[in-house]
Amino acid sequence: MNILNIYSGQLINLFAALVLLIAFAMLAQRRVLSLINLFALQGLLLAASTALVAWSSDQHHLYYSAALTLVLKVLFLPWLLHRLIRKLNVKWDIETLINIPTTMLLGLALVVFSFNLAGPISEIAGTITRSTLGIAIASVLLSFLMMITRSKAVPQVIGFLAMENGLFFAAVTATYGMPMVVELGIALDILVGMIIMGIFFFQIRATFDSLELKHMEKLRED
Amino acid sequence: MTLASALLPLDIALGVIVYWLLLGLAGLFSRNSHFITRYIFPAAALGSLVLAAAALFSLGGPANIAVLPLGLPDLPFHLRLDALSAFFLLLLGAASTGISIYAAGYFRHMSGATLGLLCFEYHLFLLGMALVFIADDAYLFMVAWETMALSSYFLVTTDHAVPEIRRAGFLYLLIAHVGAIAILMSFGVMQGGHGDYTFATMRGAQLDTFWASITFLLALFGFGAKAGILPLHVWLPEAHPAAPSPISAMMSGIMLKTAIYGILRVSFDLLDMQLWWWGAIALTLGLVTALFGVLFAAVQSDMKRLLAYSSIENIGIILVGIGLAIIFHSFGKEALAALALTAALYHSLNHSFMKSLLFLGTGSVLHATGERNLGKLGGLIRRMPKLALLVLVGTLALAGLPPLNGFVSEWLLLQAFLLSPGLPNSYLNMLVPIAAAALALAAALAAYVMVKFYGIIFLGQPREANLVEKAQDIGTHEWLGLAWLALGCIVLGIFPVYIITQIDHITQMLVGQHLGGAMQNGWMWLTPIQADRASYNPLILIGTIVLGVLFTLYMVKKFYHRRLRRSAAWDCGYPEQTARMQDTAEGFGQPIRQIFDLFFGVTREVPSPFDKKPHYRGETRDLLWEWCYLPIAALTEKISALVGRLQHGRIHIYLLYSFVTLLALLAFVR
Repeated sequence: MNILNIYSGQLINLFAALVLLIAFAMLAQRRVLSLINLFALQGLLLAASTALVAWSSDQHHLYYSAALTLVLKVLFLPWLLHRLIRKLNVKWDIETLINIPTTMLLGLALVVFSFNLAGPISEIAGTITRSTLGIAIASVLLSFLMMITRSKAVPQVIGFLAMENGLFFAAVTATYGMPMVVELGIALDILVGMIIMGIFFFQIRATFDSLELKHMEKLRED
Repeated sequence: MTLASALLPLDIALGVIVYWLLLGLAGLFSRNSHFITRYIFPAAALGSLVLAAAALFSLGGPANIAVLPLGLPDLPFHLRLDALSAFFLLLLGAASTGISIYAAGYFRHMSGATLGLLCFEYHLFLLGMALVFIADDAYLFMVAWETMALSSYFLVTTDHAVPEIRRAGFLYLLIAHVGAIAILMSFGVMQGGHGDYTFATMRGAQLDTFWASITFLLALFGFGAKAGILPLHVWLPEAHPAAPSPISAMMSGIMLKTAIYGILRVSFDLLDMQLWWWGAIALTLGLVTALFGVLFAAVQSDMKRLLAYSSIENIGIILVGIGLAIIFHSFGKEALAALALTAALYHSLNHSFMKSLLFLGTGSVLHATGERNLGKLGGLIRRMPKLALLVLVGTLALAGLPPLNGFVSEWLLLQAFLLSPGLPNSYLNMLVPIAAAALALAAALAAYVMVKFYGIIFLGQPREANLVEKAQDIGTHEWLGLAWLALGCIVLGIFPVYIITQIDHITQMLVGQHLGGAMQNGWMWLTPIQADRASYNPLILIGTIVLGVLFTLYMVKKFYHRRLRRSAAWDCGYPEQTARMQDTAEGFGQPIRQIFDLFFGVTREVPSPFDKKPHYRGETRDLLWEWCYLPIAALTEKISALVGRLQHGRIHIYLLYSFVTLLALLAFVR
């Protein structure tokens, strides 16, 4: 049992590292289609590590969280996004506002900052996964950075969803997940938010003939 | 047991409030102008009358307390009707009775939809003010205060198509909100960290000198913004002329008194201590306000602006009374504090009658002639004799002439001043005589202003014959409303002893002392302190005046040439005289403008002697506006422009803002 625990701890660390890697990959990825696949993969890793935490710490409600993540973030949302870009016909390469190497460097700085930040918290957290808190915070910030650097609407939404992934990961690693009610609520919010944004995409395109965000600058008051 | 004795006065007050709300809703939904003017406004007047009667009978009674299960969870509305509330409810009920009856006639010609909305806002305004007077916690107080402010804002902007009126409304709203914030902060300090905002807790809270002073200053600022105390008076001369006349009457006659109520409530009831320098500040501000108001009133040529400035003056006089009362109270001279407080309260009541009367009178003039500019009126006494008579009563009262009510309260206040030597502070002993002299100056100038007001509108020859010739005298409703207010002015002037015995309940509550001596020589003699110092009997004065007039008439008939002779008055040998040669509003104010040149920002365009069509234009500006408000406005605009630069319209930049904020906060909590 002890050995298993140790291995599961190692395994969770591995998954966490992969989540971070994917966050970087998303930051660097130019194609929308691949971005969606990376998002789905991140969700899968999240579900797996949640299940692993549930198994090793006997927190049964985490199984439900894992299942929810699997259904929502690995299957449903990517399917929705795929459908969306097919309909909107926006498979093109993304122009980023800041070039990719600079973004990566910024991302590195963010990771250092996050680990620095997570240090004191990890020490007081009693969970077996405490060492991965830094990674969770880093992936939140990296997704945020991705939202800032993209000029089109769809990648921004993916960034937003990925940010939620990071938050979820932070919750699981720091405190064995939030209460079930809260998690269900967040899942529902994500779903509704996604649907609303999907509607907005069509509206934006109908109004501006494009999903370029810079067209929306003229909406400001002079 | 009859129904009336079974009901507490507070229940009746609440009943009237609900009744007003229903009337307002009925007006809003009926949108029938005939129905609204014929039934709803008179019905509202009836409610006011009931309220006034209930308040009058509850003045001597014990305080009623109630908790309404309304409001937010765990934050119910607390109500309390004590002597101070009852007095101001009496003021509200009595003055609004006349105003509502008048409104029934005045709004006759308005279209249904606009009138429905106006009727709703009017009743909301009424009930907001009534709630302010009976609120017993800061929460309900602020709700009622804002109800009052917002409904009056919409009433001021009734004619919102006119840009100046929109601007006046905005200025009013802005200053009202600045004031409301100060009041809110004052309550926040006063609850003393209990987290309980009922007035009962605030009465019990022990504040140290510093925090009590902060509370008082915040309250003075906040309520001062509503009352129009310098330098927060700028909205008053803009908003009052902009509003329809019954609304101006209500704002000037009643709403300004809610601020007086607030200052009294905070400084005498809620705070458990008073410092003499609070009184000195209030006294000084009051004097400056009174003098400023009356000087500017003297140079106005718009009749409603003139009255608005006169309201500023009267608020100043009331504040002087309050300041004096605080000074006396803090030195333990309770009898004198009671005298000054009585004068302030009496003047509030008087002002609500006479100023409402005059504002309504200007409304009738405006309806009849369509002109607010004094320079185009004149000679209306012949076209509108009924109106002229009633307005004359208000004019004389506001001028402070006996035997009307304005005299009584100003006389009481001067008595308080004259009795004040012997304060244990040498600075105050020097200040008080100067203040008394300044007050006397203000009172005299007020009479001057009233001569101008009445003389230019009603006397002389019509300056624009076509305007005045078509003027019709007032209808029954208007007459009834004005007559009610004029009757109030006369009754308050002739029976001061009865009124003061009623006010005694309040001074007893606030400073623990009352003017028991007022009655000592019988009900006719008003004797504030001692009979050998000063006393006043309005009936003897009236009798003397009437006898004097009759005697003069008799003598004239008897010994003069015994026939009526009509000829041009003071024509000074000019062969011909036109109406344009009469003294104008500007001309009448000219001496004041010359003497007090320093206080006015005057620009004048004088025509050249060779001009074929000479045109004279004189404008008097408020220097405080330029010194105080414009710099603040410029600074605000500059800061707004800087903040506006954050507004790029680019989502990435906005995201970056939240990102940087997040990072900063994370680094901070670490």
